[in-house]
Amino acid sequence: MAFFLIKKIFTMFKWLEKNLPKIVMAPAVGLIGWFVYGFVLWTLYISFTNSKILPKYELWGFGQYEKLWASRKWLISVDNLLVFTALFLIFCIVIGIILAIFLDQKIRAEGVLRTIYLYPMALSFIVTGTAWKWILNPTLGIQKMFIDWGFENFTFDWLVNREMAIYTIVIAGVWQSAGFVMALFLAGLRSVEDEIVKAAKIDGAGLFTVYWKILLPMMRPVFFTSFVILVHISIKSYDLIVALTQGGPGISTTMPALFMTQAAFHKSQVGLSAASAMMMFMAVAAVIIPYLYSELRRENAR
Amino acid sequence: MQDNYQSSSYKELEQKSKYTNIFLRWFLYFVLILFASYFIFPLYVMVVTSLKTMEEIRQGTLLTWPSSLNFDSWLVAWGGRGYGAGDTFLRPYFWNSIKMVVPAVFFSTFIGAMTGYVLTKWRFRGDQWVFLFLLFGCFIPFQAILLPMARTLGTLGISNSVVGLVLVHTVYGIPFTTLFFRNYYISVPTELVKAARIDGAGFFKIFFKILLPISAPIIVVTVIWQFTQIWNDFLFGSTFSFGEAAPIQVALNNMVLSSTSVKEYNVDMASAIIAGIPTLIVYVLAGKYFIRGLTSGAVKG
Repeated sequence: MAFFLIKKIFTMFKWLEKNLPKIVMAPAVGLIGWFVYGFVLWTLYISFTNSKILPKYELWGFGQYEKLWASRKWLISVDNLLVFTALFLIFCIVIGIILAIFLDQKIRAEGVLRTIYLYPMALSFIVTGTAWKWILNPTLGIQKMFIDWGFENFTFDWLVNREMAIYTIVIAGVWQSAGFVMALFLAGLRSVEDEIVKAAKIDGAGLFTVYWKILLPMMRPVFFTSFVILVHISIKSYDLIVALTQGGPGISTTMPALFMTQAAFHKSQVGLSAASAMMMFMAVAAVIIPYLYSELRRENAR
Repeated sequence: MQDNYQSSSYKELEQKSKYTNIFLRWFLYFVLILFASYFIFPLYVMVVTSLKTMEEIRQGTLLTWPSSLNFDSWLVAWGGRGYGAGDTFLRPYFWNSIKMVVPAVFFSTFIGAMTGYVLTKWRFRGDQWVFLFLLFGCFIPFQAILLPMARTLGTLGISNSVVGLVLVHTVYGIPFTTLFFRNYYISVPTELVKAARIDGAGFFKIFFKILLPISAPIIVVTVIWQFTQIWNDFLFGSTFSFGEAAPIQVALNNMVLSSTSVKEYNVDMASAIIAGIPTLIVYVLAGKYFIRGLTSGAVKG
């Protein structure tokens, strides 16, 4: 009997030892499985119900999605998101590339400049939003500064202007993230071997040609990465809008992420908010899945 | 004669290109400094505004230097004015954030190290799929999990608490920490591990004796990344906590948005600096690791 027990314990230990790596992995896989995949499916389910204040579980079909796309506020959110994403992408990438190329010219005090360009990434969007809200303040901010300098008719009221408020979010967003693109491109440029540039110069290529014809085309993966990350940031933009405009004036700067939390936690439209969350999820997935696929292929090819 | 002529023209040409070079150089620095001022401008304005009195703010412009270094608004932002209701200040929320960040960073980093270790050194069939499965968690928009999470925290009885936020941040940090450690350990030669296994070292011994001692750089990167992410989080903080359990970013936003009294921009700016200072210090002290975290295929969460 005792022998039997010992043998049993022994085989148990053997089994444990053999499967230890998998056992160690289990919590992470379980947590992500439940809290990411399980929750996304849960949200998907809620989006098919007619939930108001609390989730209900009788299926209701696509009603929430129909309501969503008939909602003026949602359409404005999507419109704003498209405008914001386009401008945010263009400015971040253009500024990021310019700064990276210029910094790559054996600049004095490169370290200091780099630190300055990138420090906004260390701040939260709430801090950024608070600062820019003060700077863009129509009575005491930039407008007053220019008026005091003698430009008496200078007006800069974008923050409280329905048509222009969305651009203040672009200004603050670009301020926060352009340095990040710079860092990505600088790392990319530095990883190119010197011989390639030297050979091109011997062939008589000017600096402009070297960058435009040789180096930038080589940066295609960096473009791709920046694009994916910036689109991802912009679809998720929430904090910055809350801190800067709260979606206002009116609903002129509302965005999907803001729409989602407002519907869920202020307006008792849980089903509708789940539907909007699923739309955001699908938008991100449409960008991310091709990215992950190509990254994995690149890694496997290596 | 001919030679002379040619050489002088060559000299001229060289002179000309020298001038264009100098011009280009100046242009380069001009643009770089122009952008530097765009980036530094808000920080300068924040600091200067926080040191002024409201009277000075109304009279001067954004750029005016304060007449005296007046830290009163910092004290008000940090500790309040000493009257009861309606006196909001950051101190208790700052500690909330610390209480939330420390365990969340520790747990997520530890779990990430373990999964990264298994995924690279104890490979099993389908481990690539497991990695992809975890990696996708980096990218999901958190809006897609907010509703179930709110429900779950309620069921567990930890909604509106620091414990709840620690759980949330630990879980959604795992994909990032796993990515970091996996990408680091993959470059550690597997032979080392194999040799240790032949010598009879077990799973944990190999980790603690071989992998952990060489992991310092990636631990620093991961800890900085997680610290910055969690400290700066607003979405989870504002959704899953309110009132006394709120972390600092939520408190800052409430302070700035509160419209109870006359707007005090100097206190707002002091509050914003207080909320941003821990991550800024980390960035200045360990910028190299911060950037490494940012660029090593990571995504801003």
